[in-house]
Amino acid sequence: MTARTAVALAAEIASGKRSAREVVNEHLARIDDREEELHAFNLVLADSARKQADAVDAAIAAGETLGPLAGVPVALKDNMCTRGVPTTCSSRILDGWRPPYDATAVTRLTEAGAITIGKTNMDEFAMGSSTENSAFGPTRNPVNPRLVPGGSSGGSAAAVAADFAPISLGSDTGGSIRQPAAFCGLVGVKPTYGAVSRYGLIAFGSSLDQIGPFAHSVEDAALVTEIIGGHDPLDSTSIAQPAMDLCAVLETGVDGLRVGIITDLMGDELDAEVVAATNAAATALEAAGASIGHVTVPAVLSGIGAYYVVAPAEASSNLARYDGVRYGLRVDAANTGTMNELTRSAGFGDEVKRRIMLGTYALSAGYYDAYYGTAQKVRTLIAREFAAAYENFDVLLCPTTPTTAFEFGAKADPMSMYMNDLCTIPSNLAGHPAISVPFGVDGDQRPIGVQVLAPAMGEPVMFRVAAELERNQPA
Amino acid sequence: MSPAPTETSPHMSSTSTDVLPDGWEMVIGLEVHVELHTNTKLFCGCANSFGDEPNTNVCATCLGLPGSLPVINATAVDYAMQLGRALNCTVNSSIFARKNYFYPDMPKDYQVSQYDQPTNSEGYITLPSGVVIGVERAHIEEDTGKSTHIGGGGRISDATYTLVDYNRAGVPLVEVVSHPVMHNPEDAKAYVTELRDILLATGVSDAKMEEGSMRVDANVSVRPSGAEELRTRCEIKNINSIRSLGRAIEYEAKRHVDLYENREAPRQETRHWDEAAGRSRPGRSKEDADDYRYFAEPDLVPLAPDAQTILAIDANMPVLPSQRRQALATAAGVPEADTALVIERGMDALALDAIAAGADAPTVIKHIENNLADGPGHLSAAAFAELVTMETGGELSSTQVKDVLAELVSSGGSPAAVAAAKGFEAMDSSELETLLDGLIADSPDEWARFVQGDKKVQGFFVGQIMKATKGQADGKIVNQLMQSRAQQ
Repeated sequence: MTARTAVALAAEIASGKRSAREVVNEHLARIDDREEELHAFNLVLADSARKQADAVDAAIAAGETLGPLAGVPVALKDNMCTRGVPTTCSSRILDGWRPPYDATAVTRLTEAGAITIGKTNMDEFAMGSSTENSAFGPTRNPVNPRLVPGGSSGGSAAAVAADFAPISLGSDTGGSIRQPAAFCGLVGVKPTYGAVSRYGLIAFGSSLDQIGPFAHSVEDAALVTEIIGGHDPLDSTSIAQPAMDLCAVLETGVDGLRVGIITDLMGDELDAEVVAATNAAATALEAAGASIGHVTVPAVLSGIGAYYVVAPAEASSNLARYDGVRYGLRVDAANTGTMNELTRSAGFGDEVKRRIMLGTYALSAGYYDAYYGTAQKVRTLIAREFAAAYENFDVLLCPTTPTTAFEFGAKADPMSMYMNDLCTIPSNLAGHPAISVPFGVDGDQRPIGVQVLAPAMGEPVMFRVAAELERNQPA
Repeated sequence: MSPAPTETSPHMSSTSTDVLPDGWEMVIGLEVHVELHTNTKLFCGCANSFGDEPNTNVCATCLGLPGSLPVINATAVDYAMQLGRALNCTVNSSIFARKNYFYPDMPKDYQVSQYDQPTNSEGYITLPSGVVIGVERAHIEEDTGKSTHIGGGGRISDATYTLVDYNRAGVPLVEVVSHPVMHNPEDAKAYVTELRDILLATGVSDAKMEEGSMRVDANVSVRPSGAEELRTRCEIKNINSIRSLGRAIEYEAKRHVDLYENREAPRQETRHWDEAAGRSRPGRSKEDADDYRYFAEPDLVPLAPDAQTILAIDANMPVLPSQRRQALATAAGVPEADTALVIERGMDALALDAIAAGADAPTVIKHIENNLADGPGHLSAAAFAELVTMETGGELSSTQVKDVLAELVSSGGSPAAVAAAKGFEAMDSSELETLLDGLIADSPDEWARFVQGDKKVQGFFVGQIMKATKGQADGKIVNQLMQSRAQQ
């Protein structure tokens, strides 16, 4: 088996064992082989990837200093702006639009030497948990193509799971990195809100959105989080601190750490095998020297309700600009108002329309207090309860998803689909970091993800625990 | 800072005038949008510049492209807080809010504004008349682009097509909202004039109504005199001058009274003032009240100025028009209202210096108001003081003073030299008395009528003396002489 992690590939390229061109070609070959079946990408950038690989190889030949990801292919969720390259959010509404700039996270990966190999499929505007809501058709789970890869960053998860790229970027508004990571057997990170710049990330729920990595290893995930993190003056909500040192802490172990299992997320509404895997993870951490306790954070059970008010409310405003006037799709009509209506009717899919309507309603005069106001109170409550829990624990532990990956069409009812986000949403509402680490499979060989939660800017301790889980995988 | 008013509350209303029929009172509130005179826009680095080639000062952020984010312009915030303090407002910790509505010249289809937590709240403007108008808030927001509707008389509904210029999109604005406490057009005009002068004094805006850097919307309603209620108001837009503001308010208030007196009622709506036609026309109806679905802007963080910042703003505040009026009024011993025009013409320093040099204050103010409309030119305070003293001392007639003053303005110099060069020599009263005696002897009938109180013949005597002295006599002194002679 050839190297599949970014760290290993970068080392091979830097050492001259293999050329960047070779590595890129190898990944492009896998894409040729399985992309038709999986549909991980909206766009594969084969030519530009090869060109960039040649540039890396030339730099190596010239003895230049290389970035930590020099020559490593990366797949980008198609809601991150890439200069001159179509960026669609898997929506017809952005038809033909090419951003005039790169997202900050993309710039930082590029500066580290990474090579963008393609733009990945997603639920339209990141609204969904299965990538079935893409205007360009669904993505299949490489582990088992009968299953969804999760969503909304399903394409980015599938790209890494299928070794189309060793690492990818997704965005996580309510679990859109962690849930597909769990479904595809990958590590997925949702950083602290403000730890990674949102500049160039096409907004869904602005107060919740964060960019983060998918990877095969905790180390890769840590490296990418380091590279894309740190203050960005272009994002006012970016935390004014340099990127956190994460790779350095991975070998520290968990001796003496206090790990709290969130009992509210270990109940009957979750699949028993998922709960069992989470308990097994706790046992493994205990064996490695951590102390394990149980903690209740009851407000997390109100998270879905709050999330499905806040995120659609912000989305209803964020998506207003897609009106056919300046860019993207336009359906012509006799007057501007009708043009707006026809364009939006044709350009948005059902789930996007549903959430725009939900959000518009929640912000309407007379309903604001009952919906948006209450949802904001729930956010405050969740943050308060988490703060209380972190007085006694360094990290919290719970499943990433209530179930393992499901089949296409299995969650046709929106409410049952929304329930998928039960365990991931609280971290978004609180602005805290969380990581999903693969921890075994269920009886159908479907990957199970276990989630480690930490307080804001608690990535170092979160990654320490994740690395320990990785070292203690179930047999 | 003006000192806090002591005898009047900031919400003190102005008094009604007789523009409306008896029994009716107008209620006026003003919303003034002020463009801040910053180098760059509110949330990006694009130039804030009027009149450039359309769509040249634009970027991803002010075009609202997907993925773009706003970054607040610190200078704009400083200017806004400075304006707030100049309007006697409390400067608060504030947040931005999104005001959501669709319009082609608004790139994001929401406007970043402020809603329930504005930067500046509850201040007031003191008018030259002494009337105090409460300011409810002065909040920061971004400007929209500019639509030009082509065809159909320039109205969006009938236009063939519309051109949109986004150069203005994202230009920093402060919206200054008054309480609805004005009851006559004169106070509304004075309020806007005063606000403009405050903007110019602080330098936060160039306040040009004709270029749209200051835009006034008037909310007008009427009610029975003495009533407390606020009736249905109409918002009048497209007011391009202070004069138009007065006309528009008067028109609108009368229209409301007419409706009520015909047992009808105005509808709440936006109306556009047509200056040429002298009337307002209905625009957008607000009957199905706009719901802007305000919520806190998640892309920006709260503004939380510390006490130090506010103290620094206060310490660096330039002298404001009301303070200048007060200073001159005190020095001149005249009511504040009498100093307004001098301050408006920016000649209070000249007046103060002339008064300090011993010139008669009311005469100084009179000359600035009547004879210096085009500015002081080469006139120095010392020369001005000397001239006024010559006038009040009777050395020159008022006609001669005017003549000398004009010369001093255009070329400078000393009043005595200019007067001498023009051949104006002070006439002593004995010379005038001799002339008057001669006239009385020549015209005994006229003199008798004057002595009996017929003022009409006064002019005859003055005119004859002026003729005899080639205008060098001082009319005032001639009058005085006539009076004393008549009483003998």
